[in-house]
Amino acid sequence: MNEMPNLEQASDMTASKISAKKVQVYYGATHAIIDVDIEIQPRSVTAFIGPSGCGKSTFLRTLNRMNDTIDICRVEGSIKIDGEDIYDAKVDPVQLRAKVGMVFQKPNPFPKSIYDNVAYGPRIHGMARNKSQLDDIVVSSLQKAGLWEEVKNRLDEPGTGMSGGQQQRLCIARAIAVSPEVILMDEPCSALDPIATAKVEELIDELRENYTIVIVTHSMQQAARVSQRTAFFHLGILVEEGSTEDIFTNPKDKRTQDYITGRFG
Amino acid sequence: MTDTTLSPEIRPAPAAEPVKSKSLYALDDLTRKRNASEKRFKFYGIGAVLIGLFFLVVLATTIISEGIPAFTRTIVEVEFTLTQEQYDAAEKELFKTKAYEQFFIGALQGQLEESGMSVPFDAAAIERIVGKTGGTIREFFKANPGALGSPAAFELAASSRVDGYTNGRVTRETLTDSRFLEKSDLDIVDSLVEAGIIKTVFNWNFITGADSGVDNPGGAGIGASVVGSFFMMLVVLFLSLPIGVAASIYLEEFAPQNRFTDLIEVNISNLAAVPSIVFGILGLAVFIQFMHLPQSAPLVGGLVLTLMTLPTIIISTRASLKAVPPSIRDAALGVGASKMQSIFHHVLPLAMPGILTGTIIGLAQALGETAPLLLIGMVGFVARGYPDGFITGFTEPNSAMPAQIYTWAARADYAFYEKAWGGIIVLLVFLLTMNILAVILRRRFERRW
Repeated sequence: MNEMPNLEQASDMTASKISAKKVQVYYGATHAIIDVDIEIQPRSVTAFIGPSGCGKSTFLRTLNRMNDTIDICRVEGSIKIDGEDIYDAKVDPVQLRAKVGMVFQKPNPFPKSIYDNVAYGPRIHGMARNKSQLDDIVVSSLQKAGLWEEVKNRLDEPGTGMSGGQQQRLCIARAIAVSPEVILMDEPCSALDPIATAKVEELIDELRENYTIVIVTHSMQQAARVSQRTAFFHLGILVEEGSTEDIFTNPKDKRTQDYITGRFG
Repeated sequence: MTDTTLSPEIRPAPAAEPVKSKSLYALDDLTRKRNASEKRFKFYGIGAVLIGLFFLVVLATTIISEGIPAFTRTIVEVEFTLTQEQYDAAEKELFKTKAYEQFFIGALQGQLEESGMSVPFDAAAIERIVGKTGGTIREFFKANPGALGSPAAFELAASSRVDGYTNGRVTRETLTDSRFLEKSDLDIVDSLVEAGIIKTVFNWNFITGADSGVDNPGGAGIGASVVGSFFMMLVVLFLSLPIGVAASIYLEEFAPQNRFTDLIEVNISNLAAVPSIVFGILGLAVFIQFMHLPQSAPLVGGLVLTLMTLPTIIISTRASLKAVPPSIRDAALGVGASKMQSIFHHVLPLAMPGILTGTIIGLAQALGETAPLLLIGMVGFVARGYPDGFITGFTEPNSAMPAQIYTWAARADYAFYEKAWGGIIVLLVFLLTMNILAVILRRRFERRW
């Protein structure tokens, strides 16, 4: 999975999908993210790793402004997607979230049918003009999420009645259905067993062809398996960022080295 | 790794003696104590439930046994023919109704003799048993001259003491005040009952009728105030549910957390504890004296009860909105739903069962409320134009069930006391219907996740 040559990645740096500069996040008086600069490459998987409470999830949620829902949270600095500042006053967070989809730690399907779960996003964004177009979107999203074969005969059953792994893939299908460009995943496998995890990881690898994926994970093995680039966060600081191979085989920072060898965390 | 970091001082000293293994069959003191306290607690619980059940049974049996007589009434059924000549003769008399009464007594005597019984009685005794009958008869024949000459059946309500005698409330021993009924009258009543002239029938009038004057407990019904209560509940439901739910959604989901919203929150909680009579006087001052809405109208009663119900609905709605897992909101926002969409498509349907429960509790409270109604004049209603008048509904003077029950309970005649119990049965049936409806609705809205 890490066959991408370093040279190509270097040339991609100029046209990064997401570009964050001097990002600060405050929760009230707490300074949760300090001076984070990062470039995220299009059509690749970037993993955020780090010990609990290091700010990786917080930073992930600034990328689609999910932190807006928290009253005391304040973001400074600039985060640009395709050169547009997402914290600009002209940007509507709702439109942003259609472009930057999100999959959460705990599978959270709506308490509705499998079909309605996937169709909800396209419906509210007016993406289908009629029922058959909507059907097409649902089917192709479920296919892309690798869930179609398992659910094609029970689309009207509640999404909450499936296994955890299936629910998480349903959530991925739901995110895909609104045709986002970026998919943010916040520890998507932490509530899943190894077999379901393997399926989701396989899916992430396939989705890389069409989407820019940012994944937060607690498992270093997972980061090594699915990502092309890895960023290590510690105490709100982005300690080191580079190609996954470099981070895991040749970390430059002592703290990164300590973390990946299991000294702390 | 741990070995190198632990200093030798903290390392546990090797045990001097091996710990003696305890048998699992022998309970030690601590376990025995814990089991005993667990058992005690269980008995307390069962005791509490039994005491509660006991009071429930006592309450239910009292209500039913005291209230059932209100649903029956005693009538005197007499069939007789009035000829044209008799009619003309009676109309010529000075005391016209007296003459009609004589005809009625004659018919009664005839009917008694037909069934082979003979009891001596006079007009005074008959008046004590069925009241003054002449007026009723005269009015009937004046209104229907065509009925002259052919047999007509009269169903006259027996006096409240005769009613009491047939349902066991009044006995020969308890009969003391002979102004209303003498002991000898009871012999007449007995033979009339035997002849099938006095009978007990189901009192439809109690369910459909309106309140009557203080001297006529037999004619009193709760129907008008059921309609009044129903109209009030409609007003309360259609005002307090949308206002309450909208206010809670705003406070819970949109309002910023600052001093002002804190103040509102504290005030809502305090409002829920304000005595209902305060709302009554507020309604009197604002709705009647200032806004000049009609007095004693279900519309005003409904407005007052809405004020009273709102805090209950807001508090329970906010609690059920809070109970919806935040992951559902995240999920909706994550696919690009706006805040409104996430609330109305996902959060509100999940909070619906809780909102309904709160609404029903609020409505039930409002249904049983008497104090505020006393202040806006929804009490002491004597039907005028009933049953044609009540259709105009919301702005016509009316009463409500609890206020009606209160009025009856305060009246002197014991028969009204019976009506009060009967009214409570109707009130409870109304409440039960509302609760069953709520359970059904809740079932339909309930979803699992």
